[in-house]
Amino acid sequence: MRTNDLILRTTTNLIAFILLAFSVYLFLAGHNAPGGGFIGGLMTAAAIVLMYMTYGFESVSKIIPINFRFLIPVGLLIAVLTGIGSFLFGAPFLSQTFGHFSEIPILGDVELATAMLFDLGVYLTVVGVTLTIILTIANDQ
Amino acid sequence: MLTAVFLPLIFALLIPLLSKWKDKIHTGWFVLIVPFTVFVYLVTKTGKDFAPIRETYQWIPSLNINFDFYLDGLGLLFGLLISGIGTLVVLYSIFYLHKSEQLAHFYVYLLMFMTAMFGVVFSDNVYVLYTFWELTSLSSFLLIGFWNHRKGSRYGALKSMLITVFGGLSLLGGLILLHLVTGTTSIQAMIEQKEVIIQSPYFGWILAFVFLGAFTKSAQFPFHIWLPDAMEAPTPVSAYLHSATMVKAGIFLIARFLPIFVLSEWFMIVTSTVGIVTLCIGSYMAVRQTDLKGILAYSTISQLGMIMAMLGYGTSTAIFAAVFHILNHATFKGSLFMVAGIVDHETGTRDIRKLGGLMTLMPITATLALFGTFSMAGVPLPFLNGFYSKEMFFQASLDLSGTSSITEVLAIVIPILAVVGSIFTFVYSMYLFFGTFRGEYKEQELPKKPHEAPIGMLISPIILITGVVVIGLYAQLVNEPLLAHTYEAITGEISNKTISYWHGFIPAFQLSLLVVGVGTVLAMTRKRWSSIYNVLPGSLSLNRVYDWLVDRTEKYSMKITNTYMTGSLKTYAQLLLSAIFIISAAILFLTNGINLEATDLAPITIAELLIVGMMAFAAIATVFTNSRIAAILILGVVGYGLSILFVLYRAPDLALTQLIVETVTVALFLLAFMHLPELRKRTEPLRTRALNATIAISFGALMTIVAISSFASKWFEPISQYFLETSKSLGGGKNVVNVILVDMRGLDTLFEIAVLALAALGIYGMIKLRGNSKEAK
Repeated sequence: MRTNDLILRTTTNLIAFILLAFSVYLFLAGHNAPGGGFIGGLMTAAAIVLMYMTYGFESVSKIIPINFRFLIPVGLLIAVLTGIGSFLFGAPFLSQTFGHFSEIPILGDVELATAMLFDLGVYLTVVGVTLTIILTIANDQ
Repeated sequence: MLTAVFLPLIFALLIPLLSKWKDKIHTGWFVLIVPFTVFVYLVTKTGKDFAPIRETYQWIPSLNINFDFYLDGLGLLFGLLISGIGTLVVLYSIFYLHKSEQLAHFYVYLLMFMTAMFGVVFSDNVYVLYTFWELTSLSSFLLIGFWNHRKGSRYGALKSMLITVFGGLSLLGGLILLHLVTGTTSIQAMIEQKEVIIQSPYFGWILAFVFLGAFTKSAQFPFHIWLPDAMEAPTPVSAYLHSATMVKAGIFLIARFLPIFVLSEWFMIVTSTVGIVTLCIGSYMAVRQTDLKGILAYSTISQLGMIMAMLGYGTSTAIFAAVFHILNHATFKGSLFMVAGIVDHETGTRDIRKLGGLMTLMPITATLALFGTFSMAGVPLPFLNGFYSKEMFFQASLDLSGTSSITEVLAIVIPILAVVGSIFTFVYSMYLFFGTFRGEYKEQELPKKPHEAPIGMLISPIILITGVVVIGLYAQLVNEPLLAHTYEAITGEISNKTISYWHGFIPAFQLSLLVVGVGTVLAMTRKRWSSIYNVLPGSLSLNRVYDWLVDRTEKYSMKITNTYMTGSLKTYAQLLLSAIFIISAAILFLTNGINLEATDLAPITIAELLIVGMMAFAAIATVFTNSRIAAILILGVVGYGLSILFVLYRAPDLALTQLIVETVTVALFLLAFMHLPELRKRTEPLRTRALNATIAISFGALMTIVAISSFASKWFEPISQYFLETSKSLGGGKNVVNVILVDMRGLDTLFEIAVLALAALGIYGMIKLRGNSKEAK
């Protein structure tokens, strides 16, 4: 039986989004400021765990219908593929490059690095790993 | 020669194909062709104008290991013995072993052994020699254990294996040293460099190692104990391996290296002493045996001792006598083993106490035994070859002269021991013959009604005894075409020896008469003095030493293993940490690695001091708390303290990560430990706790010293400057840490996330599959 935890729910509604937004910021800003795929992934996982704690396993599974275990191979695959991708340009495994793109709408002049794709793999793996471990142990009878 | 050596082994491969006919035709008939072919081939090589033949086939040229075959007189004599007696033994085994036995196994092992022996005697390359040497041990092991359902067979096989392989490995050591000293792998080339070998500092080791190899193989004292137990083998095997061929491999080895070793006085001292002691002990113990094959086993030991002693004398008479006796012993001992096998086969027992009076029932067998035993005893009759070599043995023993104090003593003692040993040889020979074939016939004690053996079984011993008589009558027949070449191969001198029956009334002949006289008296009164065996050896026995050694080795290695392999993780942790501490501390100390200079240090701020103090306090508190929850939470303090330190040391990425990881691990600890019982109050005795504390503190101290020392010893500039300079220009990012992680050293990160993935899958698997494994049970 769940007690009436109105305050928790209300604050969670607010904080979860702030956390998610912050984690995305950490992930994107990683190349130039503290952050990156690892921390961003952990932060995202923390936000989702908070939602689980507040709303319970059933409700969150309905809202986010993702099997987090599935994220692990997807993340690893992305990371490996970015490495293999450098073969296409005749470069050694995991060579990274970057460039400036000025014609992107809204954002204007942006520097994009292939390292970001690799970091995306790290991000997804970390989210998958953390949530798999915590949910598996928490749901254990 | 390659064909001759490998013919038996190749034929052995075909034996399984013969199994189709095994019920109709005895497999032995097919096998018989192999040794006979080789025998004929070798016989064609003999003759007055024999010259050594050399053949080389590449095997491992880069290591100078090749099939170098060298057929000289010595190899020829042994090759003839191996192939000739091999033929006779195969013929004998056809009638001895019934078709219901596992004949395919038997003949495969036997052919394997033949190849191995040919290889040993024909090899000129020391490593090839060693390879075949071990193959003889292996095939002999298989043959002794042929009736592997018997406990005695397995015991005997294991014993012979352990002893001969021990010797074989020593021999390898000796051969490697010879190779190192001379720089060649060829035995003949080594003999040419004998001066180099003698003067090398390793000569003592070479001698000791080769001696060990030869003495274990040839059943010399004190390694003779495996031979009596090897009598559990089928009789054809005993006749072949343990009288004529394998046990002479050690003799062969000594003879082969004799030109080198004879230059050293120690060779003479050790070999002749060991040989003469073996002769006496073997003949003395043979009289005590009750098993026919037991008597023959000890007799073989004593005869091998005699040959070994003669080689040790190193004089020309002695070496010629040794060569002659190798041939003689093979003929009469092979036939005697076959006779023992016939008696066993026809009466159902080999116990000499139950046998007796078989002369009229088995006249042919008895005649063969008569010639065999009398030749073995050295009875002075013109048609027995044993007498000739025995007389030469006495002659050689009397001719010894000493130059140093040890050899002077030996020159006096050896002739006496030689006579004593020969007297006992006479006694057991007579005991063997008269005990089996004369005396009272005890019909009720025999399991079977005895009758003469089938003719097939008798052919082989008849041929061998014919050999005894022919060599006895016409010794020149084997002297010029064969023995002279063997003598030449060993000594390098042309032989001018002749074998004649009558040398005159010389001291050696007088000794022979003395042996016969005293021996006859002792043999007739054997029952009266046999109680001497209760006093000496009494309960003394080398077998007990062997059993004790094997038993103790097993027991103590078990004990030693059990002291540290306790199965307790706590003990393992203690041992590992102590070992790391002792080894690292010793190396640090010995290499002057401890460097506690305090230079180039940053100033310490109050904030750092406070945090570190708090962390140290928390760490110590973790050790002393008795509540699990408290321990987890206090450990969290250490973790958060660390992340603050990271902030202070300007590592924001690390601080962020450490903060979150610490939170997650504390949460996981709490989740996982929810299921565990409360911590018990610790009840270990004070001593264990003191030990643990000592190990922990010393290990901590070691790590501290290592950390300080490695900080104080900087050998080169760190490469971090490169990362700081190129992070923006090459990696396109200002966050150096992240650029290193994903760009410059992305491979590490790739595998770290792979580790994470494995950990997650592992946890998932452990928890989810738990139910399934229970159902599966």
